Amino acid sequence: MMSNIVFLPIFIPLFFGALLVFFNKKQKITVNLSFLVVLLSFGVSIYLSYHVFSNGPLILETGGWKAPYGIILVADKLSVIMILAVNVIAFTAAIFAISSVTEKMVEHYFYPLFFLLIAGVSGAFLTGDLFNLFVFFEVLLMASYGLIIIGGSKHQFRESVKYILLNLFSSILFVTTVAFLYSVTGTVNMAQLGERVAQVEQQGILTGIGILLFIVFATKGALFPLYFWLPKSYIVPSPIVSALFGALLTKVGVYSMLRVFTLIFSHKLELTHTFFIWVATITMIIGVIGALSTSNVKLIIAYNIMPAIGFMLLGIGTFSEESLAGTIYYLIHDMAIKAALFFIAGLLVWHAGTSNLKKMGGYIKTAPIMGWMFFIASLILAGIPPFSGFIGKYLLLRGAMDEGHYVAAGIGLLSSLLILFSVIRIFIGAFWGELKEEPKQPVRTSGLAASAVLIAISILLGVGAEWFYPYVQAAADSLIDPQIYIDYVLKE
Amino acid sequence: MEILMSILAGTLFAAGVYLILQKQLLKIVLGTALLSHGAHLFILTMGKLNRGKPPILIEGVKNYTDPLPQALILTSIVISFGVTSFLLVLAYRTYQSNKTDMMDQLRGTDDE
Repeated sequence: MMSNIVFLPIFIPLFFGALLVFFNKKQKITVNLSFLVVLLSFGVSIYLSYHVFSNGPLILETGGWKAPYGIILVADKLSVIMILAVNVIAFTAAIFAISSVTEKMVEHYFYPLFFLLIAGVSGAFLTGDLFNLFVFFEVLLMASYGLIIIGGSKHQFRESVKYILLNLFSSILFVTTVAFLYSVTGTVNMAQLGERVAQVEQQGILTGIGILLFIVFATKGALFPLYFWLPKSYIVPSPIVSALFGALLTKVGVYSMLRVFTLIFSHKLELTHTFFIWVATITMIIGVIGALSTSNVKLIIAYNIMPAIGFMLLGIGTFSEESLAGTIYYLIHDMAIKAALFFIAGLLVWHAGTSNLKKMGGYIKTAPIMGWMFFIASLILAGIPPFSGFIGKYLLLRGAMDEGHYVAAGIGLLSSLLILFSVIRIFIGAFWGELKEEPKQPVRTSGLAASAVLIAISILLGVGAEWFYPYVQAAADSLIDPQIYIDYVLKE
Repeated sequence: MEILMSILAGTLFAAGVYLILQKQLLKIVLGTALLSHGAHLFILTMGKLNRGKPPILIEGVKNYTDPLPQALILTSIVISFGVTSFLLVLAYRTYQSNKTDMMDQLRGTDDE
């Protein structure tokens, strides 16, 4: 009976998302109800995490069909950490939404789509079945297609068409890859896949299928050379949507890689994982070059997603206990800080009335709290100790150096410096100097509150690393030894 | 039969990729539709074609059709149907607001 709570993080947002479709004209009810839903879901995810960390993983076999035959949901340590992070983001987004979601957006079903996105992301984190991963990808992508065009301006249509076409193509590739894998192994259950691929020691064609899967996830996660769709399409929607995309969507791609390339395709490390390290390194370089190349505030933040993904892939490529723990730590840190930065950038653009850095200046006088919050967020992003970015990067880079990947680690360090430079440029340009133009509108308080919560969490993750690290380490330990997961799911 | 189906799926893929590389938005949308048809046929082929056999394993029946690929295709068809219809509407609205449906004109550096 207990295992049924695994379903709740998907069911709650899905059910209330569908319910809220009927209240699109009643803003007050919608906003209040959605706040309740977010809190409820947050509570459930805390309970789920507590249960999993004290009593071991939970497995829900839907419809009572035993593990390799039916559809299963698996809440292991990594999954519940991710679910908890998603719910934190959803909670802060609900706070941010109070002042930023207009009546028009509510009428165009912002809240139902928002909850569908959360349901899809939670499902992708919980599923134990590769085909279902595809289905949940589609759920979250469908929601994101809806969210990205809310507002319906000319440039929004222009950029979202490209976003949707690219994601659609990679989804088709995903189905094809699942078909390949099914014909070779005869299963789509991840645990059984892990078992069977290990039995034949991941021979030729299986490595090929693994790389195909990598291409799918690399497109979702915006890795070099499949990143080109990301920056422009992430800046066109409303700031809250940008923040949700930046915090959640690419991270689902990274999570899938983390799962698939530790559980299933982890027997030809010298082929696949060495390749990942090079892709990761180039992604970092391209990302920071992009961030330095523009003076559009939102675009700078959007480009900064890429080096972060590069760091996480570096951890997967290094494939040691320490580097995987670093990847998970960095993943959580990055979800919080990217959401915070997109929030603050959105507030700044509203405040200034433009997203062009060259037209801004001196806003520290009119918006001091926002200015200093942006400064702290920049330090967290770059990984200055004692903040959370430092812990993740330290683990990742030490793991990479221990395994002898000095070039990748060196480029990682250099790119951190350039990341700091790219965001401090915003701080100097927008907040220092003389006031160039009068602010167009005051800073929205609920937006500041949402960013403050996320920054506080990031600081806590850094200062209190000693409390959080054992949990992350436990999740990483279960990743490095796939047999634990396989035995648990197949009950052998 | 499997070889024939594989060739058909391959042809659909080739045609789909060709259409996706066109400049006109509508052709690209049709290309994605062809691609997903190709993918569905491909799943069917990968599950081994077995004509006239029951899709379930009953006692005494040794020769059966694998039902899983069919379940996968059904799910996938529904999804691609939804996405394609959404994409058609979006392509139309993009054409309306940008006054063009050529991909090489659908770009810009304006920040807005």
